[in-house]
Amino acid sequence: MIDTLLTFETPEGIDLNFEVAGPLVRILAYMIDIVIQGVIIIILSIITQYLDKLGVGLWLLCAFLLQWFFPVYFEVFHNGETPGKKAMKIRVVNDDGTPINYSASVIRNLLRAVDFLPGSYAIGLVSMVISPGFKRLGDIAAGTVVIYSHRKTDRPRIPSDRSRNSPFPLKFEEQQTVLGFAERSTLLSGERRVELAEILSPITGQKGEQAIEEIHQIANGLRGNR
Amino acid sequence: MKQMIFENRFSREWQEFEDLVNSLETSAKSKGKIDSKMQATFVKRYRRLCHYLSLAKERGYSQFLTDYLNELVIRGHAQLYHHKPTGLSKIAQFFLHDFPSRVRGEMKFVIMAGLLFFLPVFLACGIIHLYPDSIYLVFDPGDVTNFEAMYENSSSIRAGRNADDNFSMFGFYIFNNIGIGFRCFAGGILFGLGSVFFLVYNGIIIGSVAGHMIDPKFASTFYSFIIGHGAFELTAIVLSGAAGLKLGASLLSPGRLRRIDALKHSARVSIRLVYGVIAMLVIAAFIEAFWSSSSTLSLVSKFAVGGGFWILVMVYFMGLGRADGSQQY
Repeated sequence: MIDTLLTFETPEGIDLNFEVAGPLVRILAYMIDIVIQGVIIIILSIITQYLDKLGVGLWLLCAFLLQWFFPVYFEVFHNGETPGKKAMKIRVVNDDGTPINYSASVIRNLLRAVDFLPGSYAIGLVSMVISPGFKRLGDIAAGTVVIYSHRKTDRPRIPSDRSRNSPFPLKFEEQQTVLGFAERSTLLSGERRVELAEILSPITGQKGEQAIEEIHQIANGLRGNR
Repeated sequence: MKQMIFENRFSREWQEFEDLVNSLETSAKSKGKIDSKMQATFVKRYRRLCHYLSLAKERGYSQFLTDYLNELVIRGHAQLYHHKPTGLSKIAQFFLHDFPSRVRGEMKFVIMAGLLFFLPVFLACGIIHLYPDSIYLVFDPGDVTNFEAMYENSSSIRAGRNADDNFSMFGFYIFNNIGIGFRCFAGGILFGLGSVFFLVYNGIIIGSVAGHMIDPKFASTFYSFIIGHGAFELTAIVLSGAAGLKLGASLLSPGRLRRIDALKHSARVSIRLVYGVIAMLVIAAFIEAFWSSSSTLSLVSKFAVGGGFWILVMVYFMGLGRADGSQQY
């Protein structure tokens, strides 16, 4: 299956799959974060106006902290999710699957200074496109990766009540394909469903809605649905 | 075993595990809320879940079931292998022991960074002193008048800044200097070239200003001003450059590791240097903002204290953290 999965082996000896987040999602998350930082700066500017020189000092301190450590705070204390990332449903983890720790977060955020060169994260984007885990330089040095957060996956019902055995024994990949079609058919459009189901017409001998129903029934048989 | 039977038989157990992980994730700080018996069974449950996941993959059950179990295992994995946050005593240990011995351990990078920084400083200082007009190679005339105005003997600096000004300058120094330190470090990932550039560039700037200020009109004000925090700030810039050079070196000569692994390893080590750099620059900003411009102290005492700070810094990095006999440095 073609997918952006990063697999790593846990100490328990199983392979876990992470779905890695690509440059586009990360850019969107970043833009949301920038807007939030901008709003904070504006509020800060308004407040510090009334404090004269003390305000200038405060403003500079806060601007410094915001610039370098805004993401660090969220990554360490909010489970790897800055507000922008949370909105786009992605988060940062260490590339061994553990939640991000303090050092890694500081490393990846300090190295933003280089990822940003020569302007608008050009180096970072090139790095993301080249690296197998969509990692920018900060991620590579810190050993982190940005993945899609866990989403509630409902186990879907196959939209058919009857089951039958397949006309001949199916291979492993073929079983997976039939099951996959049956479970995802509610997510596809009507025409697409028919189009896919009719690929098997030579075997099932059916066309249109009947073809779809046929495949659903075989899938039920595979799953053991009575 | 058909998938439906598999799901029917074990879905209660998966649901229990999901509830357990939910409660661990949300009440991470107050683990007392979780039934301690349930918590004790966590590891066993997690291992069984790993087993179910590999069964599901092996038997070719549907992708949705595998994804669901995969998600649960990921969340369990995150809970089980969570890194513990650093306690306060570790911070004390860092500053009293780890930081100085780490600096000694990276001495060849520190020396390299020191040369890359101080040679331009002295060169620029000397050249500008001998050929005063060459200051305009480095700065615009406008900038030159600006900093001349700051340090002129009759200027407000002599009269001392008031508290508000001090605080705003504190903010400025934090914003500016720590940013420079970070860039010196970060530039190291470009095979060390970024760090080299920032060290030399800042060295030229600082040396040029210093050279221009040797002029008797400004000398006593300027030098008494900078001597206080110079020990901390200049050392910190050199150290952040050293950290960056270490990053670059790991990419250029990774030894027996892959370049990426060498980079990760050296990043983890050199970031500790950067923590110390941050602390030193904060101290420097403090001194520079609240103390250096004070007019109540005599020049002699300012120079004495400044010199004292240099000695303090030297002793700190050379002497501390040697108590542990097992250390090589």
